[in-house]
Amino acid sequence: MAVKKTAEEFAKEQKEISVSEFFEKNKHLLGFDNPTKSLLMAVKEAVDNSLDACEEAGIVPDISVRIKNIKEDIFTVTVQDNGPGIVKEQIPRIFGKLLYGSKFHRLRQSRGQQGIGISSVTLYSQLTTGEPTRVWSKVESQKKTYYIELHLNTMKNEPDILKQEDIDKDMLDGHGVKVEMTLHGRHRKIVEDYLKQTSISNPFAKISYTAPDGTKMAFPRSLNDLPKPPKTMKPHPYGVEFGTLQRMLQKTSSRTLLSFMTNEFSSVGSQSAKEICKISKVPEDTKPAEMDRTMIEKIIRAMQAVKIQRPPLDCLSTIGSEELEKSLKKEYPNAEFVTAINRDPDVYRGFPFMIEIGIVYGFQDAAEKKNGKKKNDDDDDEKSNEAIDLIRFANRVPLMYQQSACGLTEAVKGVDWKRYNLDQKGSNLPSGPMKLVVHICSVWVPFMSESKEAVASYPEIIKETKLALQDAGRKLSSYLSGKHRAGEAKRRIQIFERYSKEVAESVGILTKKSEKEIEKKIKDMISSRVHTKEEFADGSEEKAVEKKEIKDEKKK
Amino acid sequence: MTAKVKSELEKLGQKVLNDIEKKENPNIDIPIRALSNVVFDKKSGQLTLGNKTAKRYFFNVAHAKKFMQTMMVASFCKSLLDENIHASIRDMYYNLKRTLADSNENTFDEQSESDPIIVDLEVAIDVLREQLHLTTDRKGIVAGNVTIEDRGDRIDWSKLGSGGWSIPSTVDEVDFKKVDADFVLVVEKNAGFERLHEDKFWQKRKCILVGTGGQPSRGTRLLIQRLNDEYKLPVYVFTDSDSYGFYIYSVIKSGSISLAHVSDRIATPEAKFIGLTVSDIFDYDLKKATIKAKDVDIKRAKELLEYDWFKKPKWQKEINLLIEKGIKAEIEALSHRGLKFMSETYLPEKLKKGDFLD
Repeated sequence: MAVKKTAEEFAKEQKEISVSEFFEKNKHLLGFDNPTKSLLMAVKEAVDNSLDACEEAGIVPDISVRIKNIKEDIFTVTVQDNGPGIVKEQIPRIFGKLLYGSKFHRLRQSRGQQGIGISSVTLYSQLTTGEPTRVWSKVESQKKTYYIELHLNTMKNEPDILKQEDIDKDMLDGHGVKVEMTLHGRHRKIVEDYLKQTSISNPFAKISYTAPDGTKMAFPRSLNDLPKPPKTMKPHPYGVEFGTLQRMLQKTSSRTLLSFMTNEFSSVGSQSAKEICKISKVPEDTKPAEMDRTMIEKIIRAMQAVKIQRPPLDCLSTIGSEELEKSLKKEYPNAEFVTAINRDPDVYRGFPFMIEIGIVYGFQDAAEKKNGKKKNDDDDDEKSNEAIDLIRFANRVPLMYQQSACGLTEAVKGVDWKRYNLDQKGSNLPSGPMKLVVHICSVWVPFMSESKEAVASYPEIIKETKLALQDAGRKLSSYLSGKHRAGEAKRRIQIFERYSKEVAESVGILTKKSEKEIEKKIKDMISSRVHTKEEFADGSEEKAVEKKEIKDEKKK
Repeated sequence: MTAKVKSELEKLGQKVLNDIEKKENPNIDIPIRALSNVVFDKKSGQLTLGNKTAKRYFFNVAHAKKFMQTMMVASFCKSLLDENIHASIRDMYYNLKRTLADSNENTFDEQSESDPIIVDLEVAIDVLREQLHLTTDRKGIVAGNVTIEDRGDRIDWSKLGSGGWSIPSTVDEVDFKKVDADFVLVVEKNAGFERLHEDKFWQKRKCILVGTGGQPSRGTRLLIQRLNDEYKLPVYVFTDSDSYGFYIYSVIKSGSISLAHVSDRIATPEAKFIGLTVSDIFDYDLKKATIKAKDVDIKRAKELLEYDWFKKPKWQKEINLLIEKGIKAEIEALSHRGLKFMSETYLPEKLKKGDFLD
């Protein structure tokens, strides 16, 4: 028999769930699905923050990352930057409070968006090891370095400060932040991949890395200047949603709907504002604070109906095709062919975005050779059966997981790569010795989840990515067809060179002459014939020739 | 002989070396071995190669490997001759098979790749494979009142019990010491050879009995040719009564299409066909022992009709009869008339009557 519960009894059990508690139970939503990924998350969040901070402060980043294996599956991650530092008062909340940040409420391209990242690592660390997050921060104007140890109070979603003091410890360049977190994890090469890719998309950053086994790696910068800082953008009417509009209406200092629209939105002039009012039948002089639900809905609908100029595009910070190419050449110095392109910006739902593509073809990367498999010279122009490496970036941040769920991947698969001389089975990733870089930058990248690993498949994004891939594909294709011709000649030379030793040896035995000299003469012939482009033309079968003399000679 | 073969090999090497010295594309002339370049010489009654040759170049992607292989085989044979040793064509394949430097390509992948190169070399420098000291498996057996010397050993073909002497590929190096026979009887099938050997046919009829075991090997053909040429012994060929049997006869007599270049050295134009003819089937009442000819048999028979060397009235009649009746018979069919019918009745009668096809 079921025990009856009264509504009052229920009420006793119902209570507020803090955001922190929610994420404590749903760690995977933040990207902490498994130990390998968790360790990567710690590195990634700290590095992304450092890069954002340096960039905003106009400092060329110099970041060092160290991972120490404390015991078994416990690791300490230390990330230090030469950024501007963080003022004392802000540190506890930045590192110890979820959803606290400077980037959420503005429309400006940055790596972080929601203000979850680093504090979620604090949460994860304390959940798995109980260790607090340690932060050292030195601001240029202060003499001392501020040191703090903190936890995140999951009930209140507030920082718990365990220890804080000013210490005499200088930072690199006299300013910067060093953060140290101890957490449960597993170390894999993906950390290195992430840093390498970060170095590709941030050519101006210098990153050094010390792996748990003591191996040191350096990812030098290939550019000495920071990119032009992206501008903050006002929302564009096409991308606005009910909640956002409602909040904007409450906060605005504009007195009328008309001036609200021209002041608070980008690309909206009085002409378009008037038209929106006209279509929505909401009076132009309505006070923003007095707008009700129905009116807001009407306005939103009208906004989509009116033709409004696209948003300004100077809010995007791209890597730049030249810079990306240079950066890729630095990372893959032995690659046969490197190219990069970028498209003009486009807009999805009122958010400007831009796609950049980089291609590295015929790379040789000792570490990435599988099982020391020897690459044969013969295979030069044969296409490898392995799928290409797809490297995805969103606002310069490498996307390390959920490749197949990502809209960028969808776009890559949607391109007919056979037209660009690559093998491709059905609508899979093409195959070949190639790394394909796809970078989307936007003031607001639509991610599939909080862990920011896959870009949502907005049709505008897919379409624009495909166009960009096709641009890059054409460049690749013209290289490959040229290579094919050159490869053909090379292949022929290789054939003759390969056979010349045996021929020389045999002729040497038959004539009792020096095999070495004969071989040298044949090799000279090969090179001189290559230069005169003689005899390499084709492989016609041995042709029959009437040769009566021979027959006659035989008879004698 | 060896000296001449050696000098031919050296000449080939020198030719290629000269090309290299003159900075010309090194090449070898190789007569073409295909039906299109095979001619039936009515005068000699042999198949010979026509005068079409092909050049094999080193600097030609399609030729380069074969060029290399030809030179390798030539130098291998030169070494055999220098050291006076023999090697089987399989030995040679294994000896020359290796992986080329900086690649995963082999000089030869299969013996089927090196075998034709040997023939190329034979035609290119006009010598025999046997003279290059290359041997093949023994195939074919012989019995009779003959004594030979082979690599220093004396062998009496009449004293080999139930077997016979296995014919090696290097018959040209065999010395005949005593030959006491009136003719040579070549039997296509080992079973036929066994029958006649057990019946002491060679003793009774004073002949040399050769069993080819199907298509005769080059050694067997050379042996037949030497017995015919050196001892003026008539040669009679005894095969099944079908297209394949007839062709075996023609190979012994006129040479084969694939080895047309050696016909003059291993064919026996004087060889005659003793049986089994299609007419014999009717003359000796063997109809109940016949086999229905298959489509391929008829097709092959029609091809034979077109060969110049079968364009003789008697042969055309026999082959047409085969096509018309759609039957064929094995030599064992004679056992239908009794196990000793072949040795005691059929062959003696044919020999007595001189009933041969030429």
